Parts: sequence; structure tokens; C-alpha cells
Amino acid sequence: MSTIIYIPNDSAAISIGADQVAALVAQEAVKRSLDVTIVRNGTRGALWLETLVEVVTPQGRIAYGPVQPEDVSSLFDADFLHGGAHPLALGVTDQIAWFAGQDRVTYKRVGLIDPLSLKEYESHGGLVGLRKAITQSGSDIVAEVTASGLRGRGGAGFPAGIKWKTVLDAQADQKYVCCNADEGDSGTFADRILIEADPFTLIEGMAIAAVAVGATQGFVYLRSEYPTAIRRLRDAIAIAEGAGVLGTSVLGSKHAFNLEVRVGAGSYVCGEETAMLESLEGKRGVIRSKPPLPAIAGLFGKPTIINNVLTLASVPAVIADGAAAYAARGTGRSLGTQVFQLAGNIARGGIIETAFGVTLETLVNTFGGGTLSGKPLRAIQIGGPLGAYFNSSQLGVSMDYESLAAAGGMLGHGGVVLFDDSVDLAQQAKFAMEFCALESCGKCTPCRLGSTRGAETIEKIISGVDVPANKLLLLDLCEVMTDGSLCAMGGLTPLPVKSAMNNFPEDFTGGAKK
Amino acid sequence: MSFPSWSIEEATRVLSPLKNVQGPVLIALQAVQERFGYVHEDAVGLIAETFNVSRADVHGVLTYYHDLRTAPAPARCIQICVAEACQAVGSRELVAAVEKKLGKKIDETHADVEIKAAYCFGNCALSPAAMVDGELVGRATVEKVTA
Repeated sequence: MSTIIYIPNDSAAISIGADQVAALVAQEAVKRSLDVTIVRNGTRGALWLETLVEVVTPQGRIAYGPVQPEDVSSLFDADFLHGGAHPLALGVTDQIAWFAGQDRVTYKRVGLIDPLSLKEYESHGGLVGLRKAITQSGSDIVAEVTASGLRGRGGAGFPAGIKWKTVLDAQADQKYVCCNADEGDSGTFADRILIEADPFTLIEGMAIAAVAVGATQGFVYLRSEYPTAIRRLRDAIAIAEGAGVLGTSVLGSKHAFNLEVRVGAGSYVCGEETAMLESLEGKRGVIRSKPPLPAIAGLFGKPTIINNVLTLASVPAVIADGAAAYAARGTGRSLGTQVFQLAGNIARGGIIETAFGVTLETLVNTFGGGTLSGKPLRAIQIGGPLGAYFNSSQLGVSMDYESLAAAGGMLGHGGVVLFDDSVDLAQQAKFAMEFCALESCGKCTPCRLGSTRGAETIEKIISGVDVPANKLLLLDLCEVMTDGSLCAMGGLTPLPVKSAMNNFPEDFTGGAKK
Repeated sequence: MSFPSWSIEEATRVLSPLKNVQGPVLIALQAVQERFGYVHEDAVGLIAETFNVSRADVHGVLTYYHDLRTAPAPARCIQICVAEACQAVGSRELVAAVEKKLGKKIDETHADVEIKAAYCFGNCALSPAAMVDGELVGRATVEKVTA
């Protein structure tokens, strides 16, 4: 009988040699006349273990990692096809503490299956939500999503059900569902991995949204920096069309829904929902003033649901298992699970999906294992380039929307980036301003010009020029940017700057670098 | 990477399947760049005419997006992520080392090889990240990106 070996085809795994490992495993099996079937699954999210090779045995899937190309022949020597002992052997994958401590809901199939096998998707619980949705009324679906407490995972945290209800109630000849997959925040990669590892979940979530509000056309706005995700999602859409999941009759129902991938062109601000709409319409990615809300007048002026990948990918589980099961997880008004991403200078980086309310300490140390360099942890940026920098005395914070806001930060898209003690927070603050200057769409003056002035002012502080006065000036500028910008780009750039000043005042004294 | 030289006939052929696309300008520019490696100045007028929009609209889109280039692509393109997660594991030092090795500055235009700053490839748990001629590189080093 052929032994099944899983080797990821995720772009991160490939970036450190997964394709070479797969090719060598195939070669070596032929050489040794062993009957193996290699399945290219998505990554299971433990990027620190990539390339993670799994072998199916009677005990379950046994993991070996991180496997380098040069390890392959010794794995065969150790009889890894029967779970043999080897320095890289990790035991049954599901029992590895890093996985066992997670609660995977949105990510429940990620890494378990061949991403483009609709059959495997269904055998792992796929399409249950959509099959249920097509028998329900739009308002029932929306009520279920509302009751689940699901909030926008892109960063704003707006309740998904309320947004959907606005679109449902709007009268129009055409409605749209748009998925924001412009995951530009440094330190985030959960959208990419979901699309590469389990694209049908996103397609199903979008189809449920479309059925709920009566939309017949959907778009996924996917960034150009993710070429593998673009190819895979397009392949998955074609398979879904062929199987009748998408098209003129969704799973044989009266609902039509077509889906198209549109590719971004390297603009960070196009992750802001109205700039994304402009870009989807083929224009410059300049943000729009609100109102009107996109739910009333969105893409091409029509009522439009815009949700992040993770929001839409959570919907199939909400509908399949019911709102109560989802809402039973989490804390306060942050219900369900969050797909956290551990990144930067981290020993065990990757995807941690767990209920809201986990502490930063647990993420950083229990899961993450501290810094990669082994040097002391000094700073943690949560929520991307527009998120706050925390210091190592703040690890007790609960990771949920409200607690992070109360601590002077924000959850954003759930990225957690670690820095060791070589980091200079004045330089990081300056970078935040420079990035804003580079990526500002130019509509609001505080963002367009303030960011450049901000970078200059921080440079003066770093150089020791009139430090107290320039710090006051910087704070004043931050206030103008916060209050005077239409969107989060200019409005939140002060967050990393001010948090760096507050939590690392010793880096803003204008002295020579430590 | 090699691309054919610009020709208005070929560009017209590239644009013809896009006739019925809603909001076509960005997609048209991307299609032209995919075919020729860059957007030739004559493409602006061609796209304006094909889709019945103003040249100003096309020019505005062309100059807005970082991905779109108006000069032929270099033979080799090394993009290095310089955003926070990669900074945390030495991307600033990596850029300096690659600049030194190749004798070229980041974000300068050259015909043979270009080093470009990038902002996130979504490979932030295996930083620093780079993309060399479209291939993602994890745990990037000078050797890996200039190999």
C-alpha cells in the first residue's frame, strides 16, 4: 500500500526549500523502490518547522521538521515512512504542544488537505454552511452572523452582521461582495496562508454572504506581492465553477454568484476599504469620504459587502456549527477566535488561532518561544505598521479588541512582531512616518505632508536638535494627523509613533545611540 | 526575464479581451506590463482610446501604483522587504550588504540588476524576506539573494 507523505506547497515553505524536499523525497523513494504518494498540502502554520514533512501512519500523521534537502536521505534511512526515530522526528503532529494548544475554527482545514481538492474539502466539513444557507432566508443568515458576534478581522472590528444587514436592506438592481485580501501589514500573513491552503473556505464564505444579501458578483482584491495565492485562488474558483458551487445556480439553488480575482498593484493604502473600491474600479487608490457607506453605495455605486479574508472565511463555520458555538469562545465583545500571526524576531513564528482573551505573554513566550536571536525581548508591535509598540513589561495584556484599545494599541489584523534589544524605537517611529509618506494616497493634508514633517522632526530628535521642543511639536503633529485624516493611514500612523515615545522614552532623549 | 519589444499591434491584441471589463484601466495597464515588462508611453493613448477614458485618467493610474513601470524591466530584480517584521531580523543590514556586493543603491534604475525596497511579502515568520525575479526567498541572506 502506498504511504501518504504530506509536504507543503505554501509559498513560505517553498521559500526555504519545500519544493526541493518534495523532489528529493520522490527521487529517493524511486531509488529505494518504495511506494509513496506525495500530497502537497498547505502549511499547517508552524512556519518555524518548515519544511514540515508528515507521514500518514496507523498512529496518525507523524511529523518531521524542519527538514532541509540534505536531511531527506537520512529520513529514509531512519524508516520515517513507518514513523522511525530521527533527530527531526516530532511525533504525532496534533500532539505537538504548539498545535495542541490552539483552537482552530477558521483555520480548521488549513494544512490538513490538498488546497485544490474539493473532495477533501467536503470530507473535512466543507460546504456544510453553504448548503444550509441556500435553504435559509437572507435575514436568517444575517441574524446568525450577527448573533455569532463576528467582527471585522481586517482591523476595524465592525460587526459583520450589521454591515450585512445594511446591504440586505438596501434596494438595488445589483449588489456586490468584495473580499479585502490586500494584506499589506508587515507581520501579517494569515490571509495569504488561508488562500493558499484552503481557498474553498473563502469562496464558500463569500458565496454565503452573496446568498444572504442577494449579491450576484464578487471580487477578491488580492495583492500582487502574493503571486502563489493569486494562482491558487483562480484555480480554486475555476474548480468551484466546474462543480456548480459558483455560477448561475449556486449548488443548484436559485442564487447566482460569480467570483473574480483582481490583483493590486503595490499600494498599501488600497487595503483601506474605499481606496480598495477605487482600485477595483481601475482608478487611483485614493480614499473616498464616508458617508455614503460602501454598504449603501460601494463598488460602482452599488450596495457592497466588504470584509477581510478571515471574516469571510469564518462564516462557513458560523453557519455550519451555529452562532452559539462560535460566540461561546472569546471574551467580552470580542467573540470567537482570532488568527494571530507571530512574526519578526521570533523563535517559533507562525499562525496561532485561539479564542480572544489569550495574553500577549502566552503568545510571545509559550507559543513563540521568545526571540529568534536569543537576546532579550524589547518591543512588540501589534497590529501592523499602524499598531502600537509595547515594551516587555506589558505582556500581561489580554489580546482582544477592547483590552488592546484600553492599553493604547489596537488588534488590527492580528500581527504580533517581536524585536530584541537591538531595536531603536526612535528609528521605528521615524520609519512609521516615512512609510506613511510613501504610501499616503494624498487626499488629506495631515497625512500627505504631516508624515514627511513627522519623519524630519523625529530625525531632529534623534540628532539631539532642540529635543524637548521637537517632542512637543511631534505630539502636536500626531494630534493633527489623528484628528484631521479621513482614513486609518494618516489617522493611525501616530499610534506607533506615540506608543514608541510613551513606552520607550529612553530612545527619544537625543543622545547618541545606545 | 525576457519580454518582446513594444509594438502597438501586440498591445492592441493584449487589450482586446478586456473590452467588456468594468473599470478596465488598471487591469489594462497590468496586462500591458505583463506582456512587455513595462508600460510604454504609447500605451497610455492606446488604453485611453480603447476604453474611452481620458489620457489623464490613464496617466494618473499609471503614476499612482508602485508596481507599474514606465521603463523596461531590468534583467534581474531583487526586491528586499524593508518593513517592520524584516527590520526585526536585520533587513536594514541585508540591504546594505547587497548594495555593497552589487555596487548599486536600492531603488536606483539599472538595466542589468535592480535592488528594490518592498513592503511585506507575507513571509514574516521566516524573515528577512526577499523576492528574486518573482521567487520568494525566506531567511534571506546576501548569498541567497545574489546567487
